Amino acid sequence: MQNQPILQVRGISKAFPGVQALSDVDFEVYPGEVVALLGENGAGKSTLMKILAGAYQKDSGRIYLNNQEIEFTSPHHAQTMGISIIYQEFNLVPTQTVAANIFTGREPLHRGVGRLLKMVDKQEMERAAQEMLNVVGAHVIPTDMIRSLPVAERQLVEIAKALSFDSRVIIMDEPTSALGDEETQNLFNIVRSLKNQGRAVIFITHRLKEVFEIADRIVVLRDGRLVGSVPAHETSIDGLISMMVGRSLDQMYQKETSDIGDVVMRVQGLTRHGVVEDVSFELRRGEILGFAGLVGAGRTETARLLFGADPKDGGEIWIDGKKPSIHSPEDAIRAGISFVPEDRGNQGLILLLSVLKNEVLPTMSHFTHYGLLDGAALQQRAQDYVNRLNVRTPSLEQKVMFLSGGNQQKVVLAKWLMSNPKVLILDEPTRGIDVGAKSEIYALMSQLARNGIGIIMISSELPEILAMSDRVLVMCEGRVTGIIDRQEATQEVIMAYATRHASAQGTA
Amino acid sequence: MSDITAPPRPANAPARFHWRRIIRGQEVGIFLVLVGMILFFSLSTDRFLTSINLTNIMLNFSWTAIAAFGMTMVIISAGIDLSVGSVMALAGIATAMLLARDNSPFAGPDGSVPDAVIPLAVLAGLAVGALCGLVNGLLITLARLPPFIATLGMLQIARGIVYGWSQGWPVQNLPGNFMVLGRQNIPVGSFNFPLPTVIMLVVGIIAWIFLTRTAWGYRIFAVGGNEQAARLSGISVMRTKLMIYTISGLLGGAGGVLLTARLGVAAPTAAQGYELDVIAAVVVGGTSLSGGEGSILGTLIGAAIMGVLRTGLNLIGVEAYWLPSAQGIIIIGAITLDQWFRRRQGKSAGFARLFSRGGR
Repeated sequence: MQNQPILQVRGISKAFPGVQALSDVDFEVYPGEVVALLGENGAGKSTLMKILAGAYQKDSGRIYLNNQEIEFTSPHHAQTMGISIIYQEFNLVPTQTVAANIFTGREPLHRGVGRLLKMVDKQEMERAAQEMLNVVGAHVIPTDMIRSLPVAERQLVEIAKALSFDSRVIIMDEPTSALGDEETQNLFNIVRSLKNQGRAVIFITHRLKEVFEIADRIVVLRDGRLVGSVPAHETSIDGLISMMVGRSLDQMYQKETSDIGDVVMRVQGLTRHGVVEDVSFELRRGEILGFAGLVGAGRTETARLLFGADPKDGGEIWIDGKKPSIHSPEDAIRAGISFVPEDRGNQGLILLLSVLKNEVLPTMSHFTHYGLLDGAALQQRAQDYVNRLNVRTPSLEQKVMFLSGGNQQKVVLAKWLMSNPKVLILDEPTRGIDVGAKSEIYALMSQLARNGIGIIMISSELPEILAMSDRVLVMCEGRVTGIIDRQEATQEVIMAYATRHASAQGTA
Repeated sequence: MSDITAPPRPANAPARFHWRRIIRGQEVGIFLVLVGMILFFSLSTDRFLTSINLTNIMLNFSWTAIAAFGMTMVIISAGIDLSVGSVMALAGIATAMLLARDNSPFAGPDGSVPDAVIPLAVLAGLAVGALCGLVNGLLITLARLPPFIATLGMLQIARGIVYGWSQGWPVQNLPGNFMVLGRQNIPVGSFNFPLPTVIMLVVGIIAWIFLTRTAWGYRIFAVGGNEQAARLSGISVMRTKLMIYTISGLLGGAGGVLLTARLGVAAPTAAQGYELDVIAAVVVGGTSLSGGEGSILGTLIGAAIMGVLRTGLNLIGVEAYWLPSAQGIIIIGAITLDQWFRRRQGKSAGFARLFSRGGR
């Protein structure tokens, strides 16, 4: 490693309406270094990376490239200065070829008259693209359409594109989130070879294990501030977590014991072919039933079937001993089921609408006189839940798009609590929420359980599952592989069931 | 934290009526545009601010506005209804066919049509409009066609039926008592309000209440704001859309019947291209084509702006040939202003905020 940082920022701050995304952050990266950038959702990682890549403009602070101060005016500017960013969702045109994507905007031209007419020299472009693809070891040909490629290959195309700019700094936003193990290893090999060529790689990730595998240095952000920058070999997973969270975990999870009552929901043989197979379980009043499993294990899909959001191919659902027919979310709500989806912005809320309108959507029909809504009663009730859940909003008329993630989630919860559910299904209830709001939501869950609501909590964060669940249902490949009591649940046990596949059916 | 699931506390803060909420946002901006245009034309010619001229203007945008109220709901739901002009014509023809002297199935031996048929014929016109809208809705929800395609098809189909049914001839000789609908004036003080304008205002008030004070109205905004989230909130997206397009067809039909009553003839070419006038009124009124936002009041002002422009330019001596260009400039200008206000939103408080829609 050399002594001169290739890219350095000092005192960077950036605010968005209602949020200070970054305050006074210092950061640098050296040639041939791999830096992992960690932090919870909303910690400011992406904002920092976008400032480095010219996609956002900083409010204050300085950026130095090779010790020269520089202002990036656009992503294109940063790219030509040797800084490339690869977004999670990529920046490729699906309907164009690999070669065209790599050379967008700077296609090699024919010589002579063709140059005047801006005629693209396709052969030359494909040859040059092939060269870049070879460097990253991609198994695609330059004439392939992007849309025909799997995610891992698209990522390699992005890297090839970055190399075609001879980027000295390559930033990757959660590059492994959509990759399998083998693809991840392949990516890491490429990262190592980039490193050996003296290029710097910065990557954002949530997978703590892989940080130790690939990173030289780890930088942690929390609430927009730099918490620490440590060599990877001097820290541990636990150390990183406490840096990210800022307090020990037991303070955050507010699990209270509640009286677990009768069975409120019984599910038998729930099936949607190819996605959910023969899922059966019971949920009791006052119980928090954790749904654990790997991504793609069918947990969200099960929840959607319970809520009537997708048609089921088989299976029965009893609520309080009765068997309501559930063919739509409308039916499910009537039967006493509520569902807080994982994707708040696209499924949980209507961002354009006010807090009030969002809160009252499922229940407003109970507040009508001669077909007209009782505005005063609705406001009253909405305000009541805003107060109880401590939603920080300037008014009920505020559009929810301007609220923070935690407050948005509280609006979703308020909306469903108004409908007095018997069963509340929470899908990744704390994803993308700051620590303070997280802890409030845990406290709320405990309280709801104490009030006799049966809660299903889908979560991919094992500490959350372990801390909050009375029982843990584990799924793998669409099937229930085990249902574990709180006392017996450990990370190891859950992971064992989560990877057990259909071979061994767990006890129910 | 207090108990979450206990019943809510009794009312202690009654919701007050906020006049600000009415004039807040977009409406103020375009209302000022309207006032500015009226001032301009009043100063340019003394023939503008006469009661006969104002009556004319109001009359002229009444059918557009009625259809535009339905279109407002469609566009708030993130849809579009291109068929509305043809539906107006079809509803007009349907009504006229039942009323035309000698041609009506209800015509007596002397060829005259009894007045009792008039309400029936009007209802038939409305029903034809609603039916076209319902078919649009079914194509969009059941056949899952994009609204643009479904209603483009309906535009052609309805127009074809109009031509085929009328054999290309205008349907004339309508009973005088039918034409009263389009020609009667209602005196208020010294001012004569045309009956179509009164009907338009009544429909507007009902539409406004429907959109802002009923569960159905909330559902329209929800579906337009985010269809998926609306469904997961227990809203039947299909039923909501069926209703929206049916209303749009119904109001288009109402506009068509009034237009026929005014003109005293149902021409097969009637209301050709009106869909664009109607859409223009809605978007000039600040309703967002991407859905989830919009208002009836804005649409009324938008329709008025287009009506004032048409008559005003005529009065100050601009040849009618140039009218479409002026309309285009107004549409582009109004939307540009709208975008500009929106970008200002959140950047500064105070004056700009007065104009920004929705409030932050």
